[in-house]
Amino acid sequence: MRFAHGAAGDGGSPVTLRGSYGLFIGGSFVSGSSVFKTISPATEEVLAEVTHGTTEDVDRAVAAARGAYERVWSVMPGRERARYLVRIARLLRERAAELAVIESLDTGRPIRQTRDVDLPLAVAHFFYHAGWADKLAYAGFGPAAGPPPRPLGVVGQVIGWNSPLLMLAWKIAPALACGNTVVLKPAETTPLTALAFGEICAEAGLPPGVVNIVTGDGLAGQLVAGHPGVDKVAFTGSPEVGREIAKSAALWGKRLTLELGGTAANIVCADADIEAAARGIVEGVFIRQGHACAASSRVFVQQPVRDELVAAIRTRMAALRSGHPLDEATDIGAVNSRGQLERITELTRAAQADGAVRWSAPPWPEQDTLPDRGFWFPPTLFAGVTPEHRIAGEELCWPVLTVSSFATPEEVAERTSGTRYGLSAGVWTRQGALSEWLAARLRAGVIWLNSFGLLDPAVPFGGYQESGLGREGGRHGLEDYLDLTGGTYDG
Amino acid sequence: MADLADAPELPVGPPRAPSRVRAAPRTTYRLYIGGAFPRAASGRTFEVHGADGAFLASAALAAGRDARDAVVAARAAFPGWSRAAGYDRGQALYRVAEVMEEHRALFAAQLRRAAGCSADAAYTEVDAALDRWTWYAGWADKITQVRGTVNPVAGSFGTVTLPEPVGVAAVLAPPDSALLGLVSVLAPAIASGNTAVLVASERYPLLAVAFAEALAAARLPAGVVNVLTGELAELSPWLAAHQEVNAIDLAGAPGPLADDLAVAAAGSLKRVVRFPAADWSAEPGLERMFATLETKTTWHPLGT
Repeated sequence: MRFAHGAAGDGGSPVTLRGSYGLFIGGSFVSGSSVFKTISPATEEVLAEVTHGTTEDVDRAVAAARGAYERVWSVMPGRERARYLVRIARLLRERAAELAVIESLDTGRPIRQTRDVDLPLAVAHFFYHAGWADKLAYAGFGPAAGPPPRPLGVVGQVIGWNSPLLMLAWKIAPALACGNTVVLKPAETTPLTALAFGEICAEAGLPPGVVNIVTGDGLAGQLVAGHPGVDKVAFTGSPEVGREIAKSAALWGKRLTLELGGTAANIVCADADIEAAARGIVEGVFIRQGHACAASSRVFVQQPVRDELVAAIRTRMAALRSGHPLDEATDIGAVNSRGQLERITELTRAAQADGAVRWSAPPWPEQDTLPDRGFWFPPTLFAGVTPEHRIAGEELCWPVLTVSSFATPEEVAERTSGTRYGLSAGVWTRQGALSEWLAARLRAGVIWLNSFGLLDPAVPFGGYQESGLGREGGRHGLEDYLDLTGGTYDG
Repeated sequence: MADLADAPELPVGPPRAPSRVRAAPRTTYRLYIGGAFPRAASGRTFEVHGADGAFLASAALAAGRDARDAVVAARAAFPGWSRAAGYDRGQALYRVAEVMEEHRALFAAQLRRAAGCSADAAYTEVDAALDRWTWYAGWADKITQVRGTVNPVAGSFGTVTLPEPVGVAAVLAPPDSALLGLVSVLAPAIASGNTAVLVASERYPLLAVAFAEALAAARLPAGVVNVLTGELAELSPWLAAHQEVNAIDLAGAPGPLADDLAVAAAGSLKRVVRFPAADWSAEPGLERMFATLETKTTWHPLGT
């Protein structure tokens, strides 16, 4: 199927998707026993047919990864691995415009986000980690004079639907740099850029089996995460599934990295630059909807500036434009799937029923209603939210903002540390001492002071406690793909 | 130590702290919870025998209720201990080493009776435990620099990554090394700012309580370390499943129990510390300390 770039256009050729994709195993695409359809959440049209990975397929993928690990990848000098990673990074960059279009079609996220944020970051992750591949001995995990630390083996990776290619890069780049081989299962609703990545691996001449892509539903994910031939599992998704994977990994003695999201806080103090805070919150929550999944949507504002902040946010929200993901002017795209839309609808109804005050931005440019087809939800703000509201605690992964107020910094530090989750948090204040004080008090893995939603391959990302395990990115992220136990480096 | 001593939620040391570590067997060794030495809530005790089979003393048989009390005490101590300057935590831990050193002969005598080893071997282990504790005391104000990073990013932002303690750590003391093993699993948890609930090994409960007396005598803030004696299979599942416990070190759990505890701990995504069997006399490395640390990254914009 062909799709014009449309308003996203760089004048390049339209994107062509194959009608049907097999599984990428052992360096080439192989057909499976059954297929499912992946659709555009903006129009509900079918984008392509994709293969359901079965037990046998996962066995084959793990065997291919094991063979490649033992024969090629774990014994290859780091500088050669680096060369492959650089090649992958360059090919990603060459195909960036096309991949951004595919990502927007499949996820529903605006082209401005996928093209200007996801793709450059994904490319940067491969370049960054290419540089580590031949420097692991200097990463500070053991004596630099000794041999480099050992890889773990075959890594099973299961990723989510909000920023699929970027998450793939977060997981595959460090795994390969450290000498592991990979079986990756993309989300059921967003498999296309992972399959395109399989093509890139083949084009880069990556040794067969080093990267394997198995598509399918949650069952395929369980098969990958639970496979006895997998030495390490890396998962991005819901806390419920994450806990099950953690139990299974504990039973099998597997290493584990989890990114489970988990609603954190965005704290606006009375002395903050309110316009900057409103801009940061609206951009962080609404425009960068996919990235800071659930991390950003709870706003705590100090009482004296509550009304001022809410007004500033509403002004900015009213200017947001919902629309087709490939339209250059679109700020808010489509909800990723019907299931997600139902969940958002249910949670927002419950919040209204519980007495929270709802305000939604105009749903569609120059119209009062949303389109008939596709999955849409207008940018929405809830005021008067208390900790008892379900919407205050549950992961939304969609731009719905809740606002509650606080009196003192001590109170907000106490209230926001009550949760067992802590992925990220934001603090808005002009006082350096107060921002550092709050940053030190908040129990979260990433804290943005007077900014929100920033990511970089050199920066460790990951949550506290039930928001996750391990870090992705930076020097810390390497550790989760290396065997450091016992302090021996004699691999 | 002024900061710690002034912290209202952290009375330094129990009012009835013993002035010296007792070596002579006494009728019943108690638990160490929140800086006090209570009996088990059930009032139950168990007999402890030496390596030669001789009766040494009775110890408190802790159960779930005592484990819960210990977690509450550890949780209450966490804000003060974790926010104290690394230097001050180090000072508190160095003081413990001083008390251990003063009572070196008494620890060695206890170790001989409990483990049935020679005097030389006992002194060697006590000295090794002392050195180990001192080593970790020094890490209290250094781990941040070794573990932290300043991250170069594309864009006008500064970012810093720092380690933070995870919270309350349950620590199961290993059965194969009475004092050195205990110190080697407890010290890495608390040096970085966690508070701990230590489950003594079933073989050497008296040494664990003697060690607790050294902690109390050194006026370690109440609740930073809490010691339970009793049956590992009874106590450890409480701790592994407890929502307020953030990490668990399985050093003392035999394989099948450790598997069960790791699965139970996964229910609340505790940080599970589980390393291959250790030679406790070897250089410990940093992995054990890293295992009870979270990683926090802070971003801030740069500009005029």
